[in-house]
Amino acid sequence: MIIDATQYNNEDLNDKIRNCDCEIRIDNCLGQRFIGAGLTSKSITVNGTPGNALGAYLNGAQIVVNGNAQDAVGDTMNEGNIFIHGNTGDAAGYAMRGGKIYVKGNAGYRAGIHMKAYKQKLPVMIIGGRCGSFLGEYLAGGIIIVLGMNKDGKRIVGNFPCTGMHGGKVFLRTDDDTIDFPSQVNVHTADSEEIKEIAPYVEEFCKVFGKDSKEVLGGHFAVVTPNSANPYKQMYVEN
Amino acid sequence: MQLEGQIRIPSGCAIAAVISKEGKKMSGKSIVDSMVPMHERSNGLGGGFAGYGIYPEYKDFYAFHFFFNNKIVQKECEQYLKESYEIVKAQPIPVRKIPAIVDEPIIYRYFLAPLRSAVADAQLDEREFVARTVMHINIHIKGAYVVSSGKNMGVFKAVGFPEDVGKFYRLDEYEGYSWTAHGRYPTNTPGWWGGAHPFALLDYTIVHNGEISSYDANRRFIEMYGYKCTLQTDTEVITYIADYLLRKQGLTLDELASVIAAPFWSTIAKKSPEEKQKLTYLRTVYSGLLVTGPFSIVLGFDGGLMALNDRLKLRSMVVAEKDDKVYIASEEAAIRVMAPNVEDVYAPEGGEPVIVKVQESKY
Repeated sequence: MIIDATQYNNEDLNDKIRNCDCEIRIDNCLGQRFIGAGLTSKSITVNGTPGNALGAYLNGAQIVVNGNAQDAVGDTMNEGNIFIHGNTGDAAGYAMRGGKIYVKGNAGYRAGIHMKAYKQKLPVMIIGGRCGSFLGEYLAGGIIIVLGMNKDGKRIVGNFPCTGMHGGKVFLRTDDDTIDFPSQVNVHTADSEEIKEIAPYVEEFCKVFGKDSKEVLGGHFAVVTPNSANPYKQMYVEN
Repeated sequence: MQLEGQIRIPSGCAIAAVISKEGKKMSGKSIVDSMVPMHERSNGLGGGFAGYGIYPEYKDFYAFHFFFNNKIVQKECEQYLKESYEIVKAQPIPVRKIPAIVDEPIIYRYFLAPLRSAVADAQLDEREFVARTVMHINIHIKGAYVVSSGKNMGVFKAVGFPEDVGKFYRLDEYEGYSWTAHGRYPTNTPGWWGGAHPFALLDYTIVHNGEISSYDANRRFIEMYGYKCTLQTDTEVITYIADYLLRKQGLTLDELASVIAAPFWSTIAKKSPEEKQKLTYLRTVYSGLLVTGPFSIVLGFDGGLMALNDRLKLRSMVVAEKDDKVYIASEEAAIRVMAPNVEDVYAPEGGEPVIVKVQESKY
């Protein structure tokens, strides 16, 4: 079904999506929020600029955006894929606990804030370009990969990356050793096992966005993991 | 009307702006339309716009926009104005009656020329004289509020959704080189006509999305310098900070940004010695003007505007440029209403000001 979003507000557009048991294409999307929220099994292509909270609580549906996404993409998503052929705004993947968010371009502030993993649930976020400040803030689980393929000459990540991180892994494809990480995390160069761990995701990303996965995986990856020796002991009070 | 302390509205906001660097005039229609996709960011308790370059035929006079609670206070206020101003023109601001906007106060505008003798007698420069008039009215004439007071500009605000406020004030009939807009979702303070954004003093206007944690610290500092916060909401203080730092202290816009969204000490430590010294100076001297808490603001002024996020970037704001125009908004969708085919939409860093000025002599 093809929906011309011009005439629909959030509610009507989402009603139409929910009531259709088919593949959906939304044209002329302009700021309508909550697209695909909570959906389990549909495939949605968005042409235009979807509004905030795209794919919030997503539970298995597939969303492709031809354009830029706004804030809070995949907020608390549980399963499914969100592929964005453009940039994304702030707080992408906020507290997601499963599924994949792939962004061809850049991400704003607080990408992957408080992502978490549980048993078989492992959320994965890949940003093709660069990220703003507070990447992986309070990260509790899952994998965030930033590829640094932006061409604007800006650093791969802003200030204060991985602040409050206590689980999960962040991969940064860069050899920039001047990034300031907090003392509660460790940073090391990815070994072949770790590259193997992310290879399937990066290969899928490259397939979706037409990149050369050998070249991408051949870059230098820094891996950030939490320092496991009770790093936040006495941050505020003795605990 | 219930005021601050008597009412609490639980909770967001939307801002947008457009400016032509070549000073080309645009009708108010597109800025009004830009607020539509951001409807959910407001709750109908306030909307407003500032337009620059809208009164070319009266550009040498201070354009005072007023809200009056009743005719008695209007007469009283006019009497006060006549003591030190020549009222060049007085007229009701034309409005379109629509069901969405009700309970309006008396909405009037006056084009004013300060009497030279009065200015000389007060031993003040003209702009300071006018600013003091605004403060006097807002503090002492109960039921009269100066909504804007700059030259060749004006603020149009009301209780309602911004797209309705734009219709109400017939903004499609005005032409300006720069427009800012606000949709309000008041979080702590009542929704009333004076409390809608933009907040203005002289040609400075502020639209703001966020909530200032440092409001009372900022208010106490700024009230030592002749300002008085009377409008029942936090954003007002940013307007006075801008006026104080830019007009009275002579700071540049960049310096203003480094005061209100000062970098963290850890960030300052990494700067070059020269920059470190300057940033340290600004943070130290104007420590009471550091604005904390989430904000994205657009400051409008004669011939330009500046957009700024708090240093942690706790509110969204995107910027795009096409031809002679620069667009700023809380959401990309709003920009795409004004310029559907704009290409590079980017988000400035927290604390990184975006300053746009119209070419000299083009406004």
